[in-house]
Amino acid sequence: MATAESDKTGLSSKGKYKVIGTRPIRPDGVDKVTGRARYGADIRLSGMLHGAILRSPYAHARIKSIDTSKAEQLEGVYAVITHKDFPDASDKIAELGEGSVNLKHLSSNVLADDKVLYKGHAVAAVAAETTHLAYEALDLIEVEYEPLTPVLDVRKAMQDDAPILHENQRMEDMSPDATTSDKPTNIYKKFFFEQGDPDAAFEKAHIVVEREFTTATVHQGYIEPHAATAVWSAEGKVTLYTCTQGTFTVRQQVAELLGLPLSYVKVIPTEIGGGFGGKIRVYIDPVAVALARKSGRPVKVVMDRASVFEATGPTPGSWIRMKLGVDAQGKIVAGDTEIAFESGAYPVSPIGAGCMCVFSCYDIPDGRIIGYDVCVNKPHSAAYRAPGSTQVAFATESVVDEICEKLGMDPIEFRLKNASVEGTRRVDGVAYPRIGLVETIEAIRDSEHYQTPLAGPNRGRGVASGYWMNAGLKSSVTATVNGDGKVSLVEGSTDIGGSRASIAMQFAETLGIPMEDVVPAVVDTDSVGYTDVTGGSRVTYATGWAAYEAALDVQRQLCDRAAEFWEVDSSEVTYDKEDAAVKGPDGKSFGFVELAEKVTQASEPVVGRGVSNHNEPGGAFGTHAVDVEVDPETGKVKILRYTAAQDVGTAIHPSYVEGQVQGGVVQGIGWALNEEYFYDEAGVMRNASYLDYRVPTCYDLPMIDPILVEVPNPGHPYGVRGVGEVPIAPPPAAIANAIYQAVGVRMRHLPMSPPHVLHEILKKEG
Amino acid sequence: MKDFEYEAPVSLATAIEQIAAGNGSVKVLAGGTDLIDHIRTGRLTPSLVVDVKKIPELNVLEINSDGLRLGASVSCASVYGNEDICRDYSALSDSCHIIGGIQIQNRASVGGNLCNSGPAADSIPSLIALDATCVIAGPQGTREIAAEDFCTAPGKNVLESGELLVELVMPARPAKSGSHYLRFIPRNEMDIAVVGVGASVMLDETGETIQSARIGIGAAAPTPLFAKEASELLTGLPANEESFAKAAAAAQEIVTPIDDMRGTVEFRTHVTGVLTKRALHVAVERARKS
Ligand SMILES: Cc1cc2nc3c(=O)[nH]c(=O)nc-3n(C[C@H](O)[C@H](O)[C@H](O)COP(=O)(O)OP(=O)(O)OC[C@H]3O[C@@H](n4cnc5c(N)ncnc54)[C@H](O)[C@@H]3O)c2cc1C
Repeated sequence: MATAESDKTGLSSKGKYKVIGTRPIRPDGVDKVTGRARYGADIRLSGMLHGAILRSPYAHARIKSIDTSKAEQLEGVYAVITHKDFPDASDKIAELGEGSVNLKHLSSNVLADDKVLYKGHAVAAVAAETTHLAYEALDLIEVEYEPLTPVLDVRKAMQDDAPILHENQRMEDMSPDATTSDKPTNIYKKFFFEQGDPDAAFEKAHIVVEREFTTATVHQGYIEPHAATAVWSAEGKVTLYTCTQGTFTVRQQVAELLGLPLSYVKVIPTEIGGGFGGKIRVYIDPVAVALARKSGRPVKVVMDRASVFEATGPTPGSWIRMKLGVDAQGKIVAGDTEIAFESGAYPVSPIGAGCMCVFSCYDIPDGRIIGYDVCVNKPHSAAYRAPGSTQVAFATESVVDEICEKLGMDPIEFRLKNASVEGTRRVDGVAYPRIGLVETIEAIRDSEHYQTPLAGPNRGRGVASGYWMNAGLKSSVTATVNGDGKVSLVEGSTDIGGSRASIAMQFAETLGIPMEDVVPAVVDTDSVGYTDVTGGSRVTYATGWAAYEAALDVQRQLCDRAAEFWEVDSSEVTYDKEDAAVKGPDGKSFGFVELAEKVTQASEPVVGRGVSNHNEPGGAFGTHAVDVEVDPETGKVKILRYTAAQDVGTAIHPSYVEGQVQGGVVQGIGWALNEEYFYDEAGVMRNASYLDYRVPTCYDLPMIDPILVEVPNPGHPYGVRGVGEVPIAPPPAAIANAIYQAVGVRMRHLPMSPPHVLHEILKKEG
Repeated sequence: MKDFEYEAPVSLATAIEQIAAGNGSVKVLAGGTDLIDHIRTGRLTPSLVVDVKKIPELNVLEINSDGLRLGASVSCASVYGNEDICRDYSALSDSCHIIGGIQIQNRASVGGNLCNSGPAADSIPSLIALDATCVIAGPQGTREIAAEDFCTAPGKNVLESGELLVELVMPARPAKSGSHYLRFIPRNEMDIAVVGVGASVMLDETGETIQSARIGIGAAAPTPLFAKEASELLTGLPANEESFAKAAAAAQEIVTPIDDMRGTVEFRTHVTGVLTKRALHVAVERARKS
């Protein structure tokens, strides 16, 4: 797979490094393919009880009473808990790395307080000898509800007469003409960004296109359901085994929710079967802990699939109005958009990120962005791979395609003319550093795919771009040099996408040693320094940077030790990473392995530490091309060919970078074509299983061809940019544009499932 | 999931006794690919499960000049593993190829698919198209009923408490006959039919004229349907797209679909027509080659 495009521009990392850019076998690979790796539900402790959670049958209701007495009396039941078992939470906001959370909301999401706000909302929990017994006990809990009318659609929820989820919620209005109102509302916040004078600029535009778009609620669709096992010690300390994107954020949330000292909570990460943003906020972890506290026994809670759909955070459904104006030459002169996201039961949604991404790919001198964060009776939305970016890219890139058609301009040419470059100031105020959007557009233009004409009836080709800003945040690692010349690398980033490998590779590169000589371990919160979540495409960037710092620290310590051995001043000693050796005066030299052995025998141990807290992660851009074939009689869309070009900064481990691009594209295709939360009028999700919540299978996909474009991030020692998230953003728009080319219908609703596409086709045919 | 008792009788008589004694809280188990899931999710809470896979009468698989006898427990894999069935009763083997993946097909039976009586069950339109008769046994003896009359509502059928399905009997297939089943699913695997159509045709010796046809439709009404008018109007018509379109239009007349997470009324009605045409087209092609 090609890095050819950037080879030509001389930007490629190829040949610059010894370890970076190679494709070694991942350290966690064998355990994972042989089934030995331990995931959340694999934990079994002696004396362990099994937890089960009672969930609301209503989408919106007041809880009048909960009677747990019968369940408590059932033989084999050791604890029953409700919201009352949690201390009163304050309205404090906790930062979770990718998104933040109000602790009061978090607490009543984990176990409902006075109201249930979505079908599946947890109401009570039981710990019993066996799972079956625990479920039997749930049947004995009597809950009296007063059902209320649910509101499930973002526009309906914004109306004046809508059912209100939170009586005490008032809209925070960031627009200049904000007025304060004391009326309860489902709108948590109105965002407002403006640059220049968009109204005047539209007046002068040659072509203006304004359209409305809607997208359905979709789930991350990770394979592994949430699972947590808690142990409560006699002195009030907690050990928690869990599958999470961030052990430290779980520690923080559990400690805050249960009123425990942070340091009394130890979180041990298991392997994680996918998260995509959905395993950051806690759901069952505090429940397992509270049950363990009450029963005095270890308690394991495992979610079933339906609960994962119904009660963990999907990404918001949305409504978007998008207006763009261009001059006669095809230069964008103005943009104006209104975006409303369903945050679900509680604020906040990724609307802020949506506002940052909506015009991110284009130089728009005069523009306005209005965003609404709106509560509806669905599970509280959470981060999902480039949260908010896919929805807005669908709107922007679809309107861009219509404008290209009206201008008679090739979509690539249009994008090259209008693309954001270094220095472009986004409507929300951010000016870009060196970015590689143009290079991705050129890579698509020059690709074999785009250069090959598409023939055949009912076929079409679409193009779209997308953006994600990426995150930096905090990471820590330590590195112990062992007597055999190998290094134990201890890190706190749970490994979802091959990060053990890509962190070890940056460490090895810095010391000039083989990656295979670095033995990485992902450890618990007591055993490594603070590390933010595996999210925001930050791990290879930030934990990689910490590993780089740790390697530099090891270099320094080795030089000091060598200086002692040679009895020279350490300023005369240097580390030569080309030779992986410490060099001193008069041709003195120790190879890395040799010195490691010597140090272990005769000196202080060498333990490097590295921390990072940098926030120049270098945004990531991607441009995609897709060919589709539409069955005009059924509306079924077949993806024939897919190419995704992405600026990846420096591809540390190209295979895993390609894997991230392919995985993101596949999730984008699922979102585009079939995935959706299908609700009935009562607010019950009718498709809470993988049978009817249709993620694409291997039979539905062609090979996804990634083109890795390498425009190094100036804000990282090895030029790393986050790569994991942006590839999900362009697919729905690219596919919608391709469908239009194939059968002449503009799809403005996601998913573009057969009934919707056929409906548009039949409408067009009259 | 609640605990239940399990029996695996080896004679039909014992099975009938056990089922009849259970007072309605008995469930029959064939492959279990529907039943076990229903029990797991708590939709069904039987106190006794009677496994019928060890009963000889339910494992019959015979094909001769009288036609096809298919025991109710015979697996989908055994159906499509039989070359004669694949040739003469292609619609049925098409269905069996589609139901689940290989693991499911090794366990799932056509009898179970019929008795589960889902509107979208993939074998039922083929059984209807192939004019199958269901042989039912119970405390009162044996009775027979046409496949199209078996299901009465989603998940409901004509079986009285104490009765079980023994076998499915289909008439012999003359020369110049062919059949096909196809369904619409949004993905290419792992899905439930949004609409399914089975069609069977018999042509004259020239292969140009339709002598008779039968069309079965799934997922477009509360029960699988026999499209009687659509089938009968084809008699004597040339075997061409124009005739198929007439049948398709007639088939669309009888469907009463719903809007749900799998499709809309508009979609299912339209696609009933599309699939009817496509099923007839392939059935005719196969008949000409037979
Ligand atoms: C992953 C998966 C994919 C699937 N895909 C499909 C698909 O694509 N298409 C499709 O149509 N179905 C599908 N199914 C459903 C199921 O596999 C089929 O309906 C199958 O044919 C059922 O047969 P069985 O032998 O397993 O029935 P069982 O589960 O054993 O029984 C089904 C029902 O029929 C009753 N029953 C069984 N035998 C008798 C009898 N002799 N007399 C009276 N009652 C009886 C049982 O009590 C039960 O109520 C799928 C299931 C799974 C788990």
